[in-house]
Amino acid sequence: MPSGFSGGDTAFVLISAALVMLMTPGLAFFYGGMVRVKSALNMLAMSFIALGIVTVLWVLFGFSIAFGPDSFHGLIGDFSMLGMRHIGMNQLSGTIPVFAFSMFQLMFAVITPALISGAIADRAKFSAWAVFIAFWVTVVYFPVAHWVFYTDGGKGGWLVDHIGALDFAGGTAVHLNAGIAGLALALVLGKRVGFKKDPMRPHSLPLVMLGSGLLWFGWFGFNAGSALAANGLAGLAFTNTQVATASAMIGWLAFERIKHGAFTTLGAASGAVAGLVGITPACAYISPLGSIALGLICGVLCAWAISLKYKLGFDDSLDVVGVHAVGGAVGALLIGLLATGGGGSAAKGLFYGGGFAQLGKQAIGVGAVGAYSFVLAWIIGTVIQKTMGFRVSEDVEIAGIDQAEHAESAYDFSAVGAALSKALSPSAPSASAAKKAAAEKSAADSPAETKVDA
Amino acid sequence: MPEMKIITAVIKPHRLDDVKEALQSFGVHGLTVTEASGYGRQRGHTEVYRGAEYTVDLVPKVRIEVLAEDEDADSVIEVIVKSARTGKIGDGKVWSVPVETAVRVRTGERGPDAL
Repeated sequence: MPSGFSGGDTAFVLISAALVMLMTPGLAFFYGGMVRVKSALNMLAMSFIALGIVTVLWVLFGFSIAFGPDSFHGLIGDFSMLGMRHIGMNQLSGTIPVFAFSMFQLMFAVITPALISGAIADRAKFSAWAVFIAFWVTVVYFPVAHWVFYTDGGKGGWLVDHIGALDFAGGTAVHLNAGIAGLALALVLGKRVGFKKDPMRPHSLPLVMLGSGLLWFGWFGFNAGSALAANGLAGLAFTNTQVATASAMIGWLAFERIKHGAFTTLGAASGAVAGLVGITPACAYISPLGSIALGLICGVLCAWAISLKYKLGFDDSLDVVGVHAVGGAVGALLIGLLATGGGGSAAKGLFYGGGFAQLGKQAIGVGAVGAYSFVLAWIIGTVIQKTMGFRVSEDVEIAGIDQAEHAESAYDFSAVGAALSKALSPSAPSASAAKKAAAEKSAADSPAETKVDA
Repeated sequence: MPEMKIITAVIKPHRLDDVKEALQSFGVHGLTVTEASGYGRQRGHTEVYRGAEYTVDLVPKVRIEVLAEDEDADSVIEVIVKSARTGKIGDGKVWSVPVETAVRVRTGERGPDAL
């Protein structure tokens, strides 16, 4: 290996990449448990498909756009690494192979669009969602990752290298970005049938808890791994990640107990995620005590923010805005107050004698990413809505999107239900919803049988 | 003339084991149990999910159905009432209805012989 290579760093980053990969299935369970039975599979699939689409695009051009040498004022990378063709196996990025760095960053690109899916639960056509992911990561995530994460001695991304906005692991690039895109899509698609009228109780809180546990576990890769080295900075980031998450869970639960009279498991899971989101940008810059404060603030604020959708009337179904946009923005802004100057950056926050300078830079980062994400997500969503259609029909939504979009049911606990479905639904596996309806009609006239593709 | 009754009881789920035992020792050899939901004077409860409060009106119940000969029906009802009672609201209801026919599927026996 060339000089400068570190086996320890490489091992750590590769493991971190695998940890971050696991967050997307974790998110799928976190979201999947929160929807009603009839759309559980669709919710899982909306996260899973991101692993497929984004990985392929990453190799083709995503990595190059995000982390290729800057080609225009810190806004976008170049195309020198298209197809990852000219990357040598032993070529280094810092102390680790470029391939290791690229896979670590890929996992961030995968989970970011998956996060958006919670805002439009139960009602998005799967094909339209897939198209949205492809366009959104191409024109929003890849460039924004360049703005926020690509450093090159002052010639890198404009937010990190020109402005000096700090975002260690993606409070703006990942969470604010996804949260605001979720807001835009919730507005484009409109409310679920029965929003604010029908009960929409989570169908499986154990799944939600499982998902949040996997997210918490994977997040150590997300935050500590962002040190890109097995060093003290990774240790600090790891510590702050644990501390802020713990205190955010306590904050959310306390808020809930006072306001609604109960400590809920959903509140514990949500509070933990709110803390993870909030500490993401700040984990390398603040102290463990600062992390307790940051966690409490994020927990309480996010617990309050999720009530906004009812007051303002947008159906952000699983609170992507309330948790990820608010948590990401608050975490990024709090760097401006809590940065000690002793971590991953010498910049000091207001409370450590740094004045308002860093807070201003953080505000620019939050404003720029939020505005860009909202406008672009709204445009992409609207174009899809007007061309191929983004929403399923009302009938499909009421019957349950799993049947129409995936031709599957999440659970089969009832022996009676299983027998009925064999007799009454003789459609071929590839049948569309329309064909299936026709098949059901004809099944009423002719003897029922189950067709199996030979 | 019907010689049988079907006795239906809607009770609290956690009383099921006691009711079953009481019926067995009384001599009832078969019954059907269904999970049910409903409400009477007992109303549901409130659940809260991320601040959204839902009133769950329907309370989980268990429905027991027992076929009995006419002369046993009152005693069966009495056994169920005694064993299901907790004295608190929501203990449920028991009623009986005349039955015209009953057939044991395996043997084809009819009427009280089928019980």
